[in-house]
Amino acid sequence: MNLTLKIWRQAGPRHPGELVTYKVKDISEDMSFLEMLDVLNEELNAKGEEPLAFDSDCREGICGSCGLMISGDAHGPERTTTCQLHMRSFSDGDVITVEPWRANAFPVIKDLVVDRGAFDRIIQAGGYISVNTGSAPDAHSTPVPKENADRAFMAAECIGCGACVAACPNASAMLFMGAKVTHLSELPQGQPERDARVVSMVDQHDHEGFGGCTNVGACSQACPKGIPQDVISTLNKDLRGALRG
Amino acid sequence: MSVATTTSSRPATARRTTIGLKILMAGTGLVFVGYLLLHMFGNLKALAGEEAFNDYAENLRTVGEPFLPYAGLLWIVRVVLLLSLVGHAYAAYSLWARAGSARRTKYAAVKTAARTAWMRWGGTFLLLFVVWHLLQFTIVKFSVNADKQGPDVQQNPYELVVASFQVPWNTLIYVLAMVALAFHLSHGVFSASQTLGLTGSAQAYRRAKLLGHAVAVVIVGGFLVPPFAILFGLIK
Repeated sequence: MNLTLKIWRQAGPRHPGELVTYKVKDISEDMSFLEMLDVLNEELNAKGEEPLAFDSDCREGICGSCGLMISGDAHGPERTTTCQLHMRSFSDGDVITVEPWRANAFPVIKDLVVDRGAFDRIIQAGGYISVNTGSAPDAHSTPVPKENADRAFMAAECIGCGACVAACPNASAMLFMGAKVTHLSELPQGQPERDARVVSMVDQHDHEGFGGCTNVGACSQACPKGIPQDVISTLNKDLRGALRG
Repeated sequence: MSVATTTSSRPATARRTTIGLKILMAGTGLVFVGYLLLHMFGNLKALAGEEAFNDYAENLRTVGEPFLPYAGLLWIVRVVLLLSLVGHAYAAYSLWARAGSARRTKYAAVKTAARTAWMRWGGTFLLLFVVWHLLQFTIVKFSVNADKQGPDVQQNPYELVVASFQVPWNTLIYVLAMVALAFHLSHGVFSASQTLGLTGSAQAYRRAKLLGHAVAVVIVGGFLVPPFAILFGLIK
């Protein structure tokens, strides 16, 4: 298939950027979206032009590195990561706009690559549990009810790709934080630091410049892991608990 | 372009966070839901005739006597509502401004977030409507009906309501406000449940969504009955 791509090109963090139009020909519908961009980059290289910069790592949909805004949809029209999005989701002759995640807390490094260090700093602020080092405890030493284990695992599926922030009309990272807080709050190991964790993480979130949540659910719809909006409720409940305590 | 971000040196406080503002918005919003239910109930008294409606209006002022002075409870309610309004609007506009500055570079291809826009612009419209509504029926008590003027209309709550809604453009403003209110309530009630942390399971989440729609239908439906009954001459 032949496609017209309008891609955000920006030389560096402090450079102005713009959408540049490229044509790609004979794209197989079995290619992934990133492979299609690889084809474009080979053409740009052959012409001696600066290739397009974009993030990718595992290309299996589990690492959270890749992430592009594709014609207004985070990770494109399917519920998956950009690397697992295939060109069969598009039609011959389509015009596709490709932009980086847009949020002040995710500054553009180059072209389609953004700095998601804000997520790391939110995790550093409280998204962990403190344990004594030494030999690993027996697996059954701390019983966890099945229901709680299931919900913790569901929340732990978050790969921190940032699609929730990209899709949110307020550029809020509540779904990301909700997933991390729910993951730990559902487990006995997360209880000692439960109050301090949520306050520190939310404080860091606000400090990074993310917006507030309007509970519209654009985040969950964009999430390649399908993390539901109810984790934000758990986050809010934990914060309210900390506010009281 | 990029702003250097460092770890916060401020002490962590829960109250000043965006979620703290949301909790303020949710709490004050629930005050309004409670008030709207009462207000709607009072409006429906218009269907029972002039005496029932005006008696209800007068009884609102004598509730709690002799423990409370005349109109005492009414003024307590008014103060609570005014404080709630200030809190609700403060939280809403702070978060709106914050959202604007959280994404300074906009997307070229963008999917519109209709519900967020409805809450913000619809909410602003409702705020203006409340001012208009209070001037019309509480503060100035003026009649927009050229055929029905004078103190007899202004000092008789039933007459003022009937005179006002016999005027089509006035009823239209009211209906538009009710449409905005329906959207505001159907998302707002769900959103408040979510903000207060009451929707922490898939089932509770679905129930809160349904509750939002139900509250919107009941309140707005109830509010629309008297004006239409007046406009179409069922109540004179």
